[in-house]
Amino acid sequence: MNPMSEKKLEKLLRQAPSGGDLDRAVQGVIARAERDGLIDVAYATVDSPFGTLLVARTERGVVRLALPKHRGDQRSEEEVLEDLARFVSPRVLESPTRLDEERRQLDDYFEGKRDHFEVPVDWKLTPPGFRNRALHAVARIPYGETRTYGEIAQQAGNPRAFRAAGTACGRNPIPLIVPCHRVVQTGGGIGNYGGGPEMKWALLDLEGAI
Amino acid sequence: MDEHGSDVLGFLVASVGPHDAEDCFQETFIAALRAYPRVEHARNLRSWLLTIAHRKAIDHHRARGRRAVPAGSPEEVAGGKPSSNSRPDTIVGGGDPELWTAVSGLPPKQRSAVVLRFATDMSYAGIARALDCSEDAARRSVHEGLQKLRGEFA
Repeated sequence: MNPMSEKKLEKLLRQAPSGGDLDRAVQGVIARAERDGLIDVAYATVDSPFGTLLVARTERGVVRLALPKHRGDQRSEEEVLEDLARFVSPRVLESPTRLDEERRQLDDYFEGKRDHFEVPVDWKLTPPGFRNRALHAVARIPYGETRTYGEIAQQAGNPRAFRAAGTACGRNPIPLIVPCHRVVQTGGGIGNYGGGPEMKWALLDLEGAI
Repeated sequence: MDEHGSDVLGFLVASVGPHDAEDCFQETFIAALRAYPRVEHARNLRSWLLTIAHRKAIDHHRARGRRAVPAGSPEEVAGGKPSSNSRPDTIVGGGDPELWTAVSGLPPKQRSAVVLRFATDMSYAGIARALDCSEDAARRSVHEGLQKLRGEFA
């Protein structure tokens, strides 16, 4: 038999064999990574009345909750995952079952059936200091109540630092669970919110706070 | 895994066949996850993953060579190219099964180079990174692999 022409051979080689189920292969990796303890950050998406949320946890607790993107300058889902890989651990894998409890509690919350979250929190993405103290104060605001930025600043140990309290809320890595939507302006204004002011109104309305 | 999974799987399907590709895929990514904390911003994640996949494919072929050989295929005992009827799985759809059997019989470096070049559509620079060799050596491996295939497969 004559050797085939180079062109024809290359053409045949480009028709790579198909087969192998990528989804199944990926699921296999995730299952084994879970068994072998190779996942440092597990994440899942959660449907909400406001859009799709992303929630991520480490073995210590919820480390990040990303609200639906509503402004151009917000982090996209991809960027949120990149941040997790960079600042927590590169071993980030989607694993909905690891977040069953968080997803269930979020569903209940949006349906008005839950007035507090019972999930551990990992504060890794909040640097120690004023911001950390401010967000701990936010975490203690009860369902259906509000506080002003000034009050949060005071509880964090610096009554005049209401702007810094606003910044701490703005950079809250775990909104909803650390309820920064309950922090409002002194004069009665609603203030900013990562998910947009409409979402902040809607959440306070849901909780019967306004 | 989302970004490079299909490249890695495509490479492995072409290297070891579709059934074993999934096992090798798992081995590749588990090895990558184990190594990951030590890898400082892997400069080229795709090449790095394909390097691991390349090694897993070699391990796989070596293990298959050691496994009990069905009677009547002495060439496998001698470490020669596997005959098509001893392949543990058949390739479904796309491509020519006999050609891919011939590809799987190439020496490891040539096999990976040829698969990366054509099935994964990679540049010589990328192949060089994945196989940890110079670009010239990558070019040579592809060329030698093609020569062998032209000779054996007509």
